[in-house]
Amino acid sequence: MVASRTERLKAIAVVAPSVGAILLFVYVFIGWTVRTSFSQWRGILPDYTFAGFDNYIAVLNSPRFMINVWNTIFFTAFFLLTTIALGLLMAYILDKGVRGENFFRTVYLFPMAISFVVTGVAWRWIFNPTVGVNAILQTVGLDALVWGWHTDPSRLGTFHLALIPVIIAASWQLSGYTMAMFLAGLRGIPADLIEQARIDGASEFFIFRKILFPLLRPIVFAAMIVLGHFSLKIFDLVYTMTGSGPAFSTDFPAIFMYERTFRANQYGQGAVIAVAMLLLVSVVIVPYLASTLRKEKA
Amino acid sequence: MSRLFRSSTLRPSPIDTDLRRRYYKHLAARGGLYAGLLIASVFYLLPVYVLTVTGLKSFAEVGISTMWALPSEPTLAPLFRAYERLLPNLLNSISLTVPATIISCILGSINGYVFAKWRFRGSNLLFVLILFGMFIPYQSILIPLVRTLSTIGLYGSLYGLILTHVVYGIPITTLIFRNYYSEVPDSLLEAAYVDGLGFFQSYLRIALPISAPGFVVVAIWQFTNIWNEFLFAIVITQRPAMQPITVALQNLAGSQVVEWNVQMAGALIAALPTLIVYIVLGRFFVRGLMAGSVKG
Repeated sequence: MVASRTERLKAIAVVAPSVGAILLFVYVFIGWTVRTSFSQWRGILPDYTFAGFDNYIAVLNSPRFMINVWNTIFFTAFFLLTTIALGLLMAYILDKGVRGENFFRTVYLFPMAISFVVTGVAWRWIFNPTVGVNAILQTVGLDALVWGWHTDPSRLGTFHLALIPVIIAASWQLSGYTMAMFLAGLRGIPADLIEQARIDGASEFFIFRKILFPLLRPIVFAAMIVLGHFSLKIFDLVYTMTGSGPAFSTDFPAIFMYERTFRANQYGQGAVIAVAMLLLVSVVIVPYLASTLRKEKA
Repeated sequence: MSRLFRSSTLRPSPIDTDLRRRYYKHLAARGGLYAGLLIASVFYLLPVYVLTVTGLKSFAEVGISTMWALPSEPTLAPLFRAYERLLPNLLNSISLTVPATIISCILGSINGYVFAKWRFRGSNLLFVLILFGMFIPYQSILIPLVRTLSTIGLYGSLYGLILTHVVYGIPITTLIFRNYYSEVPDSLLEAAYVDGLGFFQSYLRIALPISAPGFVVVAIWQFTNIWNEFLFAIVITQRPAMQPITVALQNLAGSQVVEWNVQMAGALIAALPTLIVYIVLGRFFVRGLMAGSVKG
């Protein structure tokens, strides 16, 4: 915009409060958290006496944190896989031009409009071992599939089986979102490209595998970023659905941080978990932001 | 394939059977598609079903029957009980969400206008620095936030929560409005400038009048997110009388003394406002959703 200096200064003055607020509430606060993570602060009152890496050592050595790490790895892997697969499948079907598309789209996306607290309450009862899904399985004679769901502390190696209902609930809530992303992508693919392949005798699977999927790859990537950074931060849904679970089987860093900080008043250690979460999320988000910025400039 | 030419004595031509086979195959494929879509719908509506049927059962019935059966004698009593218990928190949520949404919209609009049309040196970098704020895990700012809010006397109050939501809403609202105003042709603003409209006037007279769709998207987005938010709410508001509905619902559902038909009815009440907004204005909600992903 070509404008006089005063007018341009006015524009800068208008965004200054917001920029200032973000600098304080995001960047200064992050620095403050890092400082807390190196402090002796435990108890209600702040104590910023330097404690070196004590808190880091304490957190990294705690068995609970190791469980957190494994839970996050398994949860992220399975959650991404099911959510992207479900979203892609539903978008693919809806894109075939079905009647009532609006209805189906509305149904699949509605979980995004609802609080994780609400859905956590609902899913907790659905997987309740005595009245929930188990009751249905027993009625239809599938007793072999009856088990404790999120109340079952057993595991396969480092994978806690209690994560399965959490993965189902989280996929339920976010697969409609990925569907919407894929649907937008599919709508952008020229129809005559597909038509030509069909005329040339390509099978539906071939068309999907060799034409649609490569074109959708950037969206798969975007979905992985969005879902991945969500799963690293997951809190509300798990906190209301299962809490930490038996033997921390559904525990995640966000819950650990919350309880360490605001329940146990171990602020220094809570800050360590927060810093770890921030680093993990940054690894995912910073390259993504950088690439979008570069694309925009080009 | 007209009926006239098809008699029982005449063998169908090879072309005819081939067409028919393909038609049946097509029908089967279609049937499969719809079956899949319907099964998926059942899966997506399952929690709604559970909440609704349980929320309409009397306590006696929840106690004995399975959760999945329809209520034999539907009753609104659990809904009224839940409403009575959650009413103060429902009002808290309203007095939190409405002002925070309005302030967010205004800030986002003016910020977005500057970052789209009044770029200055370093504005792109600043914009990305702002955007980063929407991806951070809020755990990484929670401790300083609580300290700061208590220093300025807003810890534990709805004002503190409003301030928090407004500040951490700046990235997404600025992003949506920036993308929105990017569509406005520069020539329009240049012409306005030549006509003597300064920064504020060009915003008020040119940008603002065409901003309605942007405001709807941002308002719905912020309303839904703030209404549904849990982490800030549980950390900042400690006293039950001050808590928004999500925290109150979690407390209700976590307590052993409250019957679970009332818990389910409470969940329905908490979900209703955003659900209504979604059903009525869904396409605007989806636009906000997409702004946070594809372009983020």
